[in-house]
Amino acid sequence: MIPPKFDYYAPGTLDEAIGLLERHQGEAKVLAGGQSLLPLMKLRLAEPKALIDINRIPKLAYIREEGEQLRIGAATKINALNDSEVIRTHYPLFSDAGMHIADPLVRNMGTVGGNVCHGDPGNDLPACMLASGASFVVRGPSGERALAAKEFYRDTFVTALEPSEILTEVRLPKYRAGDGGAYLKMERKVGDFAIAAVAARLRSDAKGTIAEAGIALTNAGPTAILAVKAGERLANRAGTDADFLDSGRLAAEAAQPTSDLRGPAEFKKAVIQTLTQRTLQRAWERAKGRS
Amino acid sequence: MASTAIPRLTATAPSSGPIQQVTVTVNDVPFTMQVEPRTLLVHFLRDSLGLTGTHIGCDTTHCGACTVLVDDTPVKSCTVLAVQANGRKVRTVEGLEANGKLHPVQEGFTVEHGLQCGFCTPGMMMTSVALLARNPNPSEEEIRRAISGNLCRCTGYMNIVKAIQHAAQAQSGASGGKP
Repeated sequence: MIPPKFDYYAPGTLDEAIGLLERHQGEAKVLAGGQSLLPLMKLRLAEPKALIDINRIPKLAYIREEGEQLRIGAATKINALNDSEVIRTHYPLFSDAGMHIADPLVRNMGTVGGNVCHGDPGNDLPACMLASGASFVVRGPSGERALAAKEFYRDTFVTALEPSEILTEVRLPKYRAGDGGAYLKMERKVGDFAIAAVAARLRSDAKGTIAEAGIALTNAGPTAILAVKAGERLANRAGTDADFLDSGRLAAEAAQPTSDLRGPAEFKKAVIQTLTQRTLQRAWERAKGRS
Repeated sequence: MASTAIPRLTATAPSSGPIQQVTVTVNDVPFTMQVEPRTLLVHFLRDSLGLTGTHIGCDTTHCGACTVLVDDTPVKSCTVLAVQANGRKVRTVEGLEANGKLHPVQEGFTVEHGLQCGFCTPGMMMTSVALLARNPNPSEEEIRRAISGNLCRCTGYMNIVKAIQHAAQAQSGASGGKP
């Protein structure tokens, strides 16, 4: 299969790339890793008139802590995320997720920014971003703005990104002692999209109780879903099995899965409840291990 | 071997839309060609350069038969555009043999019978080469994880794992891999 015809640009700067997007008025797509976009083009599900390859733009791939944030450049490869010591030790839900995105070869091309912007509810990173309280820095013709992850996902393949905007950076609240996170994914086979997956990030206080909890779901509705009530239920709780069971029930209530080849909706809700409990247990063990 | 690559200009048919020039160094030999932007790297290698050792299996980023190294990193060449490889170094299975001597990974697949039909083998070997460059002494689990993007429908993977262990030992001269 060969994609339909398109014009290809490989600009050397972000401003040039934004100019090209503007010139094509919604008919161009940004090419980051291409691991979702090129298959969609082969199948004629996407037929952009132009591709703007951002891989020649320097300084778009990095992972660094700065001030009160962890900053990840949009063109950072998924495998760079998996290889990062700071991610593994302090933001483990991202390496949990990164190790389950497609397969190692796809992860050598696929990028954090692409995974975040594609808007497929089966992508693994959006739920991690929602659970972590991430924000996205985007640049367009009129400058730069930051968007909360929870404002970003509008519908399947629809995000708050304007046609002439490019995601440049993801920002996460910086790790504090007592933070813990995890991502658990149930998949039919290695490299598949999730039947369902759950991201959780817990922040504990000095007394050793849960101060703040973010829980989000992959492939459980038209977009990644932030399970707000499931998170709120855990505030000021001790993190007992009963707390996590309650939270799991609320997460399953927040899910809107559809029946498809990965299983009936009721089965997926049951999976989400159990996965939420297990994800919270793992996140909490990690939080306690470090507080 | 790189020297047997014969450039053919089939990718520059005049009716094929906007054309871009790319220079890609394949198995240490630079090739400058005219390509359509939509030309996939695997078609560039097979059809333009005649390097048919790289196989097209699923064509949907699943099977890994088309795996090649781009700047030493294994990728699925059915899901990379030739224009994305512009200015980069590509290594294919034809570039493993050197001075008439098989690469240790090729030796390993031969000695341990790491293939039956052989269709997945070029991709499997390119992934193995990249793994051993990064991790010269991988455990069995590390090997299995590394090849999880390469599907084999014949062997059940046992002999492929053994082949990679064989290559690791041959390359490092060590007596055994990690358990």
